[in-house]
Amino acid sequence: MKYTRITLSLIAVGLLAACSSSPSTEGQSGAAVEDRSSGAASSGVDSSRVVPVDANGASGKSAYPELKDPKSILSKRSVLFDYNSYVIKDEYRSLVEAHAKFLTSHPSVKMLIQGNTDERGSREYNLALGQKRSDAVKKALTLLGVSESQLESVSLGEEKPSCSDASEACWSANRRGDMLYSGEF
Amino acid sequence: MNQRILTFLRGTATACALALASSLAQAQLSIEITGAGTNRMPVAIASFEGEQTLPRAVTDVVRADLERSGLFKMVELGPSPMGADAPPDFGRVRSRGADAFAVGTVAPSGSGRYQVQFRLFDAAKQVSLGSQAMVMAPNQYRTTGHRIADFIYEKLTGEPGVFSTRIAYVLKSGQRYELQIADADGSNAQTALASKEPIISPAWSPDGSRLAYVSFEAKKPVVYVHSLATGQRNVAANFKGSNSAPAWSPDGRRLAVVLTKDGQSQLYSVNADGSGVQRLASSSGIDTEPAWSTDGWIYFTSDRGGSPQIYRVPAGGGDAQRVSFEGTYNVSPRPSPDGKSLVYVSRNGGRFQVTLLDLNSRQTQILTDSAKDESPSFAPNGRMVLYATEVGGRGVLAAVSSDGRVKQRLSVQSGDVREPAWGPQPRN
Repeated sequence: MKYTRITLSLIAVGLLAACSSSPSTEGQSGAAVEDRSSGAASSGVDSSRVVPVDANGASGKSAYPELKDPKSILSKRSVLFDYNSYVIKDEYRSLVEAHAKFLTSHPSVKMLIQGNTDERGSREYNLALGQKRSDAVKKALTLLGVSESQLESVSLGEEKPSCSDASEACWSANRRGDMLYSGEF
Repeated sequence: MNQRILTFLRGTATACALALASSLAQAQLSIEITGAGTNRMPVAIASFEGEQTLPRAVTDVVRADLERSGLFKMVELGPSPMGADAPPDFGRVRSRGADAFAVGTVAPSGSGRYQVQFRLFDAAKQVSLGSQAMVMAPNQYRTTGHRIADFIYEKLTGEPGVFSTRIAYVLKSGQRYELQIADADGSNAQTALASKEPIISPAWSPDGSRLAYVSFEAKKPVVYVHSLATGQRNVAANFKGSNSAPAWSPDGRRLAVVLTKDGQSQLYSVNADGSGVQRLASSSGIDTEPAWSTDGWIYFTSDRGGSPQIYRVPAGGGDAQRVSFEGTYNVSPRPSPDGKSLVYVSRNGGRFQVTLLDLNSRQTQILTDSAKDESPSFAPNGRMVLYATEVGGRGVLAAVSSDGRVKQRLSVQSGDVREPAWGPQPRN
């Protein structure tokens, strides 16, 4: 995978070099522009070079088949929230209880809880609102006896919608907390 | 409205065009001017003697820059070039109506490099306003053009130009996110970071060499500091919980960040290498989106009073003061470089719009007529505000002057552009 990417980059660089007039290589020569005006204290253009970095990591597999079995309640991982609400609704009580039971009986297993919001408004403020949702799930689990050291609550804000239309149905699907187990994150 | 589309895509040889058309067309930001100032100064940039030997004329870049600022109206002088040393034909320039004009000469200076000399004149007073000379490689005509435009802008307006600055933004195409750096005119886009997971909140270090940002590559928000020239990066904040909203201190040593390690989203500061975490403020609600001003404040968003509003605390510690009072949703504050005003996003009847607050007079002005504005940031001269918005369901960048008159839009042919941040003046 990595090699493919490097090879493609090299091909792209080669093509760009061959197309000397292409816009994306313009003005990128390593040599600086010198300033020769009289009285100018400064000279040269700062390095405008940008080195690309690839941030794609890998994730592993879970050792507990019941977490993936569609017949098990443990395969259900999402808690949906009402608009402007950070309270877990009664309909999710049995789901949260099942996960609490699994975690207390598997104390070495860890869970990452990701809070999400709909797309409206500031990304960073939504990130903070999503945190309130993941914190609500975390608090419910700890009240059911799960050790805090097994849990991490984080927010993805509006960045990872499960649905991307600008409609109320979609927005409500995006107001959720997701529970991920060790190996899934 | 003066509608004019300026794209900087150039004609390429057919083979190259076939090979690269899709990727370049997609990646290239093009600028559309959607509003200009009312009293634009007529200025002429004569073609420079000898510039036809360059890949593209330096003066094309200069004219496009000045035109795009919305403060100048370009006056045509015809195709014949005017050299830097010849006595200028003031009569010809005045007859075309230009108040100021520039002439120049491009000549080989050895080793494949070129010297570019130019001079700016006041056409009415018939006096020189200054001159400059630079040496460059032929493919640096764009950098040189921006610097000439900066010189002319400063001589004619009295404030520094921002044509040589860079912008950072996030390009989302499908499930791929790229943190890109481009020249302020959208050209020369380069990818600093590519990821399958979201990237948000890029923030330039005051010297322009590094970006802090939030990346979700670890399935949670983590703050990184990334050196652009080397690609080296380090984790600046990865505490248990969420880590977000980085903002540089004016000396470039510390970052204000938002952490949830002790509960709700709250403000902290850390050294750029991630050490020395300290609490900046505490509240019973959400505190986020810190922004350091040059006059000693940290502005931020807080819902401690029930709805999200702008507050500020002294950077050295102290009590928070509420800054915004109108409406029920005011977020994403960014102070102007001189600390006298603030831009933020306010919700007005369901529309999210960039708003300017004069901190002395307390007057507010909505600067845009769009509905989904996000992430405003000032140009380093305080004259323009860059922000993200949506047009036809797609994310685009837009810029508006701080008086609301000059408007530009930067978009790509496909994909969403968001999370812009205007970089500082280059330090040479």
